[in-house]
Amino acid sequence: MEVRKTYKLFVNGEFVRSESGRAYRPDGLVNVPRGSRKDLRDAVRAARTAFSGWAGRTAMNRGQILYRAAEMLDGRAAQFVELLGGGARARRELDQSVETLVWYAGWTDKIGQVTGNVNPVAGPYFNFTIPEPTGVVAIVAPEEPALVGLVRRVAPALCGGNVVVALAAESHPLPALTFAEILATSDFPAGVVNIVSGQRKELLPWLATHMDINAIDVAACTSDEMKTVEAAAADNVKRVIKTRSEEHSPHLITAFMEMKTVWHPIGV
Amino acid sequence: MATALSLTHLGSLMRGVRSVDEVGADERAASLAKRSIKKSSKLWALDLAIRCMDLTTLEGQDTPGKVAAMCAKAIRPKPGDSTIPSVAAVCVYPLRIADCVEHLHGSTVRIASVATAFPSGQSFTSIKVAETEEAVRAGAQEIDMVIDRGAFLSGDYQRVYDEIVAVKEACGQAHLKVILETGELGTYDAIRRASILAMAAGADFIKTSTGKVQPAATLPVSLVMMESIRDFVRETGRPVGFKAAGGIRTAKQAISYLVVAYETLGSDWMTPERLRLGASTLLNDVLMQIDKERTGAYQSPDYFTID
Repeated sequence: MEVRKTYKLFVNGEFVRSESGRAYRPDGLVNVPRGSRKDLRDAVRAARTAFSGWAGRTAMNRGQILYRAAEMLDGRAAQFVELLGGGARARRELDQSVETLVWYAGWTDKIGQVTGNVNPVAGPYFNFTIPEPTGVVAIVAPEEPALVGLVRRVAPALCGGNVVVALAAESHPLPALTFAEILATSDFPAGVVNIVSGQRKELLPWLATHMDINAIDVAACTSDEMKTVEAAAADNVKRVIKTRSEEHSPHLITAFMEMKTVWHPIGV
Repeated sequence: MATALSLTHLGSLMRGVRSVDEVGADERAASLAKRSIKKSSKLWALDLAIRCMDLTTLEGQDTPGKVAAMCAKAIRPKPGDSTIPSVAAVCVYPLRIADCVEHLHGSTVRIASVATAFPSGQSFTSIKVAETEEAVRAGAQEIDMVIDRGAFLSGDYQRVYDEIVAVKEACGQAHLKVILETGELGTYDAIRRASILAMAAGADFIKTSTGKVQPAATLPVSLVMMESIRDFVRETGRPVGFKAAGGIRTAKQAISYLVVAYETLGSDWMTPERLRLGASTLLNDVLMQIDKERTGAYQSPDYFTID
């Protein structure tokens, strides 16, 4: 017997329909929830609640959980390859996704040493700089490639201790929504990653203006969209990330982080 | 001022209280909570919610500094925005009344104090009366008393009634709010009986909870209490106020209480003289919702003062 699957949003660790009750058919076959601004609002609220817990985990524990996501994804490789259209190209995309998760899992407890520093200052101060998570990060996933495109942005954000509200690729949301099932079984606390599908044109302005989002990744957006987002993001001085990179890079981790410098008096 | 009822009269009053349809009350509250209040109506409701709010701090760790900060927030909930009204009152422990007197001087914000061995109410009547008198002398304009649930649950209505009468007398000019602590009363029938008892004894307001017991205020319980008020007013002509307290943290919840009050008691109750929402953390969410309506952008607690 064939059981047809109802695709859902992933908000606060739960698989839910859009509160609006709407759906759309990106490929003409499957109904996918068409998320609304209120779904985003709920997702941001869940993320904000989860933030202190996730940022407070030890770096090693965050690495373990990211690594587990890689294990889960690899374990369901066949399903994802089929979702991605099958063939060698799909297989390569899946392998890249698993590898990306493993790579950033390894960076969680190293990013502090590599990018932090003890600064030489001309005064009786112990002065050091450490990277800290920015907070709630909104990520607009690229339309193509639908899976690894999302993973390449979500993994570095999570690696640095941020929490994520991701907008799935509008035309190919199924890999992202299925990837949520991987996240749900990888020990991520509820709300650390939220995935919403829907129309970018409708949802992007709500992400851009939301005062409780601290950073927004628009590398996948058009230059017009970037301009609008940057203008709206100025209200709460959101970090707007435009770095397009297909390569893994520690710089992408710090793109989602803030450098905190502390002046500590000594010898006084 | 209520006159003391004899035991037999009180007994017949209590026996005359009709029972509550529990399923019906739950359903009506749930259906009213679903009502959609948008745009200008929402702004009006949020404004009313602030005007009816008793900004509360009832912690063992309350300090004069914390109360001073709360008073400042009560007068001007959003610094720099005079379109946001002051709240109705602040609600504190008796020892903090003096701080409120100092910091609320010249404002419209009233001072409410809990008294009568809050939150349990398990103490001697003479002490409760003395505490009330001291609180009023210290400057409290409203007294939030708790009923002795132990006496009520064991059927000693006379004791509960007499205590309310005594405390009301000790209040003098101050308004008396009687806390029923509905979370400890068990059934809707008992809540209705306690409501009628408190009103007959002279309460100016009846209030759901102390906020120290779970469940605190719920919508169906509030509906039952408001219906008791409605019936009492119909019977006696004396209007009694309603205060919901405990667990009201979001603007959405606050609006649903306003809807239930409007539908049960009518527009005459849409005023701080007859309706209050006791809350410690509700105000910021209301302010955020007002800003959301005004600016069209979802707000963040980072940009509002800490309660």
